[in-house]
Amino acid sequence: MSTVHITFDGERLSGREGQSIGGILLANGHRTWRTAAGSERGIFCGIGICQDCVVTVNGVEGVRACQRTACEGDAVEREERA
Amino acid sequence: MTRIVVIGAGPAGLAAAASASQSGADVTVVDEGERPGGQFWRHHPDFTDPRLQHQLGRFASLQQALKNVRMLSSASVWRVEAGTPLRVHALVGSVDAAQRRGETLEADAVILATGAHDRVLPVPGWTLPGVTSAGAVQALAKRDGIALGTRTVVAGAGPFLLPVAQSVAILGGEVVEVVEAASVRTLLAGWGRRPWELGAAAGKAGELSSYVGTLLKHRTPYRLGSAVTRIHGTSSVEAVTVQRIDADWRPVAGTERTVECDTVALGHGFTPRLEAAIQFGCAITHDRFVQVDGQQLTSIPGVHAAGEITGIGGADAALAEGAIAGLAAAGVPEADLRYREPLGARRRMHAFAERLKTHGIRSGWTSWLDDDTVVCRCESVTRGTIVEYADASARGMRLATRAGLGPCQGRTCGRSVEDIIGASESRFDRRPVLSSVRIGELAAHRASTPNTTAEGESA
Repeated sequence: MSTVHITFDGERLSGREGQSIGGILLANGHRTWRTAAGSERGIFCGIGICQDCVVTVNGVEGVRACQRTACEGDAVEREERA
Repeated sequence: MTRIVVIGAGPAGLAAAASASQSGADVTVVDEGERPGGQFWRHHPDFTDPRLQHQLGRFASLQQALKNVRMLSSASVWRVEAGTPLRVHALVGSVDAAQRRGETLEADAVILATGAHDRVLPVPGWTLPGVTSAGAVQALAKRDGIALGTRTVVAGAGPFLLPVAQSVAILGGEVVEVVEAASVRTLLAGWGRRPWELGAAAGKAGELSSYVGTLLKHRTPYRLGSAVTRIHGTSSVEAVTVQRIDADWRPVAGTERTVECDTVALGHGFTPRLEAAIQFGCAITHDRFVQVDGQQLTSIPGVHAAGEITGIGGADAALAEGAIAGLAAAGVPEADLRYREPLGARRRMHAFAERLKTHGIRSGWTSWLDDDTVVCRCESVTRGTIVEYADASARGMRLATRAGLGPCQGRTCGRSVEDIIGASESRFDRRPVLSSVRIGELAAHRASTPNTTAEGESA
């Protein structure tokens, strides 16, 4: 099984090829990666409906972490919503 | 050759595509996933525990039948148009990428198989990290091979809670309790009535008893007539309050128990994904599913529907309805023998689907909310704010509170907002843009199709 590497706010994380970005974040102990009105959010619906898990990927905002399969070298960043 | 577009590649969509293709139609399946299968067959070939995935044999045989079908994966349908031909507009590319490719498909018939998503009722504390939908637990277990926490409470309503609890157990997590809103009396009245009808859905009964067996093996309590009415924690989940509820789902004072846990999976039923059907102009039933006839035809010529959008019935009902829709859309006459098997299966599974109504949401649930409980997660709108504008028009309330105006467009909170204000009709089911589209993508579409009637509302 091959491994894939991403960065999360600069921290290097590894996951299994085929895993979602959200899956890799969770597997590496990150439970949240976004704030909404000051509260921490992460995976909620897990199937691409609720938009709670969005992150910035390679500079593009609003990517659902539960739906996007991680690619080698993806730079993932936290997001914040008022 | 009849050109058929199927929207959705879950059990209903794949069964529809297979039967239509085998009947000689030219079939394209459009699906937002990277791989066909929908939420039901969400397994990853490399790392899904085989015990988590049911009916893989059926999936394999359907795939065999799809040899001549064009599968357009990673494609989000954002607009549909009735008429001759029917039109389906999709954006194809990596999930939420900046510049996906636009594709417009023309068809003589469309089969809608858009499915459903979890309905999760708001609970004080439900925005804490560690609280997810029950479907998220399944999706992460199957698609990513991971468990969310170490001590999980599974709560809500309906038999779907049981496979969720089983998934947690298979991945090595502890299910502390399964909390079901329906009471013993309600369950017996619903599931005990005319049991011979259910005998016909024998596979289903076997599946359910395997889940109950898992609960027994792990000595997991299955609490009936109860709900998680509060979730506690400072930076993440630490405990829940489990409380008895009455037949109307109102919490019974004095019955509160505190249960320690680090994860809560909530599922109170399912919400059908109706927006494409509504955009086509399909009639919707009083209980808010797509209205279909015996051939799965909607009120719009050429537009068929199958699966959860026509009534929550599970994968077996969806497979049967999809097969019928595929035959009908391909123009196979009603008397043809190929209908016999799926018609029988549909009748058997509808008896099962009828029983699911036993677990239907009752209006008393809103009394477990506090004024400061967030209801709209996107815009962090509380119950108190929603109640303040309860008498405003649908549009007025939305603009004043912003409930339902966030990125999920009311998919998560819409029906809860309606319950809280006692709305008599749907306020959130109609969506001018069917999936998230970036403004630049919309602009590119308009530039390439000058005669398009696309409305200017952004997603």
